[in-house]
Amino acid sequence: MALEARFRPGDRVRVMNAYPLGHVRTPCYIRGHTGVVERLCGSFANPEELAQMRSGLPARPLYRVRFLQAEVWHDYRGRPDDAVEIEIFQHWLEKA
Amino acid sequence: MSELGNYRPLTYFQLMEISLRELLVEKGVVSEPQIEATVEDMRSRGPERGARVVARAWTDPGYKRRLLADGTAACEELGLDVPALRLIVMENTPEVHNVIVCTLCSCYPRMLLGLPPDWYKSRNYRSRVVREPRAVLAEFGTAIPDHVAIRVHDSTADMRYMVLPMRPAGTEGWNEERLAALVTRDSMIGVALPKAP
Repeated sequence: MALEARFRPGDRVRVMNAYPLGHVRTPCYIRGHTGVVERLCGSFANPEELAQMRSGLPARPLYRVRFLQAEVWHDYRGRPDDAVEIEIFQHWLEKA
Repeated sequence: MSELGNYRPLTYFQLMEISLRELLVEKGVVSEPQIEATVEDMRSRGPERGARVVARAWTDPGYKRRLLADGTAACEELGLDVPALRLIVMENTPEVHNVIVCTLCSCYPRMLLGLPPDWYKSRNYRSRVVREPRAVLAEFGTAIPDHVAIRVHDSTADMRYMVLPMRPAGTEGWNEERLAALVTRDSMIGVALPKAP
């Protein structure tokens, strides 16, 4: 039982800028930023629900998203193509 | 306070660990020998497992392709027991250097590298390597040239990561065993390069 994957590698996506309470696996520093889907990792039980002793099902598609460091940190010092890649669940992503 | 001698009280988390363990044993969920066996199992895994994988990839192009396509399957192909590991291997090239972190906690490919070093779990490393990777790598003595891009991999969810370092020059004709001795734990995390031959 898994939700359908809505994004494909190469799609531009924005991470939701939300601050829900509880156990969340989306780092604060990346919320609100836009990146490109690098790959679909598969579908996994939602950790936010697992932390509440629930099943976490249906499984949620999990992506690796690539963000340019210079876009994430306004004072980043390094190359313009330096990047950070992060695993993010589909329900945290919207089409950019 | 002198009557306390060298006695040091348990920390909050040590006490929690002991209490939880004793409760689980009392309730028959697990037994003491099972816990000891699991701890022993975890202690017995070390970075030499990852080094074997790297050395094979350096000597067998077909294996390297399979490793980059499906890290877990490639480990199993070498006979490594890697339960529950979903491994993604990131290849260093002359253009891109990779480094691994878990900014949220301390996710680490324990099945391949053993227990993580303390610095990997430190707030300092976790908060800084994602924001100023070049400065952090320089503190490890690793200078990344300006023409090489850095990719930081934040293990935030279900995947685990290992860096496939570049094979050092001057190792032509070496067998896997000699090559594996050059592959350090830190070079598979991405904060260092393999030893020079």
